[in-house]
Amino acid sequence: MDLHNSRAFTRRRFLHNGLTLASAAVTIPYFLQRSATVLAQSQNGQTSLPGVPQDHILVVVQLAGGNDGLNTVVPFGDALYYRARPGIGIPEREVLKLKEGLGIGLHPRMTGLKELYDEGMLTVVQGVGYPNPNRSHFKSMDIWHTADTDGIGDGWLGRYFDNQCAGSPDGCSGHAGIAIGRTAPLAMEGRRFKPISFESEELFRWTGLDLHESMEKPYRKIISESPEEALDPNSAESFLVRTALDAQVASDQIRRAVGQRPLVQYPPNQLARQLQMVAAMIRAELATRVYYVSLGGFDTHAGQGGANGSHANLLDQFASSLRAFYSDLKAQGNDGRVLTLSFSEFGRRVGQNASNGTDHGTAAPMFLCGPMVRAGVHGAHPSLSDLDDGDLKFHTDFRSVYTAVLEGWMKADAEAVLGRKFKAVEVLKKA
Amino acid sequence: MPRESQAPTTSLKPIAKADFGYEQARHLLWRAGFGGTPEQIRTLADWGPEKAVDHLLNVEEIESYPDPKADEFEDGIMRPLSEEERRQLRLAQRNQDEDVLARFRLEQQRRQGQDREQIRAMQRWWLRRMIETPKPLEEKMTLFWHGHFATSYRTIENSYHLYLQNAMFRKHAVGDFGQLLFSIIRDPAMLKYLDNDESRKEHPNENLARELMELFSLGEGAYTERDIKDGARALTGYTFVFNDFVFREEWHDNGDKHILGRSGNLDGDGFVRAILERRACAEFICAKLYRYFVNELPEAPGGSGGTMGSGGSGGRDRVEPQRRAIVSVVQQLAGTFLQAKYQLKPVLRRLFLSEHFYDPANMQAQIKSPAQLIVGAVRSLGTPVRDLGILADAMDLMGQNLFFPPNVAGWAGGRAWINTSTLYVRQNIMNFLLTGKTPRGFDPLASLEKYDPTALLANLAQSNPGAEKDPARVVDYVLRFALGGEPSAARRETLVSFLNEHGGRITPDSLTGVLALITAMPEYQLC
Repeated sequence: MDLHNSRAFTRRRFLHNGLTLASAAVTIPYFLQRSATVLAQSQNGQTSLPGVPQDHILVVVQLAGGNDGLNTVVPFGDALYYRARPGIGIPEREVLKLKEGLGIGLHPRMTGLKELYDEGMLTVVQGVGYPNPNRSHFKSMDIWHTADTDGIGDGWLGRYFDNQCAGSPDGCSGHAGIAIGRTAPLAMEGRRFKPISFESEELFRWTGLDLHESMEKPYRKIISESPEEALDPNSAESFLVRTALDAQVASDQIRRAVGQRPLVQYPPNQLARQLQMVAAMIRAELATRVYYVSLGGFDTHAGQGGANGSHANLLDQFASSLRAFYSDLKAQGNDGRVLTLSFSEFGRRVGQNASNGTDHGTAAPMFLCGPMVRAGVHGAHPSLSDLDDGDLKFHTDFRSVYTAVLEGWMKADAEAVLGRKFKAVEVLKKA
Repeated sequence: MPRESQAPTTSLKPIAKADFGYEQARHLLWRAGFGGTPEQIRTLADWGPEKAVDHLLNVEEIESYPDPKADEFEDGIMRPLSEEERRQLRLAQRNQDEDVLARFRLEQQRRQGQDREQIRAMQRWWLRRMIETPKPLEEKMTLFWHGHFATSYRTIENSYHLYLQNAMFRKHAVGDFGQLLFSIIRDPAMLKYLDNDESRKEHPNENLARELMELFSLGEGAYTERDIKDGARALTGYTFVFNDFVFREEWHDNGDKHILGRSGNLDGDGFVRAILERRACAEFICAKLYRYFVNELPEAPGGSGGTMGSGGSGGRDRVEPQRRAIVSVVQQLAGTFLQAKYQLKPVLRRLFLSEHFYDPANMQAQIKSPAQLIVGAVRSLGTPVRDLGILADAMDLMGQNLFFPPNVAGWAGGRAWINTSTLYVRQNIMNFLLTGKTPRGFDPLASLEKYDPTALLANLAQSNPGAEKDPARVVDYVLRFALGGEPSAARRETLVSFLNEHGGRITPDSLTGVLALITAMPEYQLC
């Protein structure tokens, strides 16, 4: 079968599986007679994931647009780097050098990440990618989200949740995964599991409450009361009632959590705002196991800048936010529970282009953060001479990193989630 | 609201005029259209079932909604490079002329940006059309075909192709399904989406042939691998240049083919005719129409539902009779469809007039799609439109981004529309329509476009003078209108208390508050 047809076949196979399953909701299987307060109590005490260590949390930081790995983890020791990037290369004296003798270091504006590295809380995984790299934003992002080289199917984290809660009639509660953003990323969407997603907490509530103070009491009654005593639990109506109740409980919890002031000062940027909310929810002991946040703007085709400029500003945001996040978690006493994974949908080409920027590329580094990581640099920097038509060759499949996280941190069956067995990279400390 | 889970009647006998009243007219408007005002419901109820259904169906008898002007949408944004441009590009690539290459790249990015703007403009145009059209069934069917023959801008990246496709769906919306099939194999957007545009006899691409049968006409299992292979050969050479369908004779396989029992040198049209001869085609389309207009297959407890799941044994006794009833109805509709040689109107007419359609099990049983919710609210409640951009954006957040169906199977619909996040979007977009309220304040034009819902009470005042000032009777009337069915005592009480807190006065503000509360009710998501 040629590539065209095999892609179509895979798409169809996915649809086939999809059409034979119900479009099931992710709601709490409570009877409608229970009041909202009882629900809130059970929700708080409950881990939504049977068999998962209660205290392990995963935070995924997505850098959208294709982060230029070469200017992030800089191979200053290689003359080819400077030859390829006369305008935007980072001068050696400015690079934040990592392990002696490796000839690599972090971009100068990533001081936050350098601090984490020095404290033994950062792993840099070099040369990450996948076979037959795709340089389209949509397609490659789908590939990273689905962990499928065709980019077809449910999200890898969604599948993780589907598997974890396969035993319970309604699957995992939506609380188990929270995504900050307009819509939930594909990575978090399972066949049954649907995460909670919101851009900011004021969007995760009914705006009608703002119209007048007299709206609150009737609204609460409407949500917590079922309209009729003997509703058929299988009807569309009772499904809606359960979901509305779910949403209300989640909304109250989240807004209460996020309303708390953080224990440290966060830098004033978009990613920091999201991580601050995540830290607040962790502190409030929500039953959430995976959080997903995102920073965009990395598609630096023109005027990327070098040690300073638009790319540098983004890296500054990324590093300083992560630094503040872990300081906050440490102050809470929660840092040992939180593993952060960051990625981008592809790196960028080795040579700069005519507009002092870079175009879509392939392999790039990933970062893992937290006291539980095996700190240091994993894997060699991809060769700058042995290229794939001007692009770096990957040596570590991103699904090996997913496997390490799923097996080592989430204690899950990685092969069942990813559909294939990958050898986990050793990025976590031995338990 | 359905109380018992009894199996609905399987009778497609026309509903008696005496049994067609306010409830039934309301139900018809919400299903065959996007809902209606109290006046519209009253009018259709007075007309009786036949006149009401014919009014909705006979779209050609209603004055046309204006089409976009010739220059409203640009047809050349994503035009292919000219001969001269291609020559320049080849030269630059050979000479590694970075400046010229950069110029081409920049121009391409500019065009892509412009085209993305245009697809957004088209979303807003279509949403406005759904809201304003005097032919709601035509738009509902156009939307149906868009979800059925699903192609997404994300892959095609050509807004004008999707506009042409949309016009084609509208042209045949309540017409001839056969014509839709003949048209879809010539549609540039579809040809691109399913990779048929490069398909040639040396190397046929099977994608379109397969989906044409599996997803667009016959359903899974109703054809063989041979049918796919020969179907693909029949479609070789079906491609497009710029915005026009082109049949490339030199790419076409003129050999003998065997497709679905037909043999010979079949081309794309021959393939379509072979499909139309199969009863499976009528059954498949009628099942989809049923799901779109009437109800989903009931779910058994334990999760499995949809079309094939078996579910837990406990709920099966309840679910089986319902399932069988639906299958029976779909079979009857398929018979009508075949008899009418795939004309859609006779099938829809039979369905919309039938006792089954108005069975209590099928009333207030469907979860509104995002389009249904937004368009329905404006059309039935008479709210101002306020900002089409915000409405289109909300549709995206609710999972129905027009021109961007998630995959070739279209939108799953039903319960898939609902989760904790989309529920808030639904409640809040209703609030936006009613009051102009946004999460962080109010829409700047909110005060200029103040909504006065008391107009909804005109019918009540007319039939029952004075009732429009009585909280209890207003609440009863509005609940029946907004939710359908018999109002629940609990809901009635909650709303009457609310009004009494406002001195028992029915004012634009207090009534807007009532509507805000109603549209926030979980059951408001049903129609």
